[in-house]
Amino acid sequence: MTSEKVAKIGMFTALAMIFGYIETLIPLNFGVPGMKLGLSNIVTVTALYVMGAGPALAVTVLRIFLVSMTFGNMAALMYSLAGGLLSFLGMALLKKAKGFSVVGVSILGGALHNTGQLAVAMAVVENIRLASYLPILLIGGTATGFLIGLASARIILRLRKAEHA
Amino acid sequence: MKKKDVILAACILAIALGGLLFMKTRDHQKGSALNVMVDGELYASYSLDEDRTIRLSLDGGENTFRIENGSVRMLSADCPDQYCVEHAAISADHETIVCLPHRLVLEIRGGEEKDVDA
Repeated sequence: MTSEKVAKIGMFTALAMIFGYIETLIPLNFGVPGMKLGLSNIVTVTALYVMGAGPALAVTVLRIFLVSMTFGNMAALMYSLAGGLLSFLGMALLKKAKGFSVVGVSILGGALHNTGQLAVAMAVVENIRLASYLPILLIGGTATGFLIGLASARIILRLRKAEHA
Repeated sequence: MKKKDVILAACILAIALGGLLFMKTRDHQKGSALNVMVDGELYASYSLDEDRTIRLSLDGGENTFRIENGSVRMLSADCPDQYCVEHAAISADHETIVCLPHRLVLEIRGGEEKDVDA
């Protein structure tokens, strides 16, 4: 691993943490338990395209552990990890498939993130009926994933331009 | 945004709408009882015919809910997120209110009085 890579992973992780913090400052209530914009997913998506799957996974896992230990608790860690890893896996695979843009990858990520968190919630209360939240969480995840994807696409474009300049 | 992106989004939304429609068709029946589930186990059961306020002291914390005119709502909870308190009142079979931090689920049961658990 080159020192440039280490520095980049560190910088992306720091950014993801800040995005996660900024998100808590925005009083955005979707009326659905657990729904949020997922600002730090901008960093995951961008890292996936700029650095590739390995470093992006490192950024995601590091961010989840650091944020959960600093601002959250064990429960928060479980939810974030399930959502974050499922979402990352889906996005990394979809990026490899041909014909999808950043926005499509991000949409799948948003939908899967919510699905993973709901799965943990269902396991915690041991109640299958929570599945009734899935449709609304899928719709929400698609919408936020779309927005996050648009933002990420712009950032990726600029980063690539900057690298070639 | 490419064509495949749109197809993907449409597929996810179709699954979601399918799920919503499916629930619409089966959630209409009025419930007759409220099951209080803690940690996935049946903790207590109450009839919806009788109006009353119930206070639960659980390991995770305290929840107070009220049964009134056949519907149930959470009055208060000492959990940090308060989603269960903000949740709309439930009255139809299969509807739930969840207090995730306390691992508590209130669920409405039984369209018919003698209905066996499906």
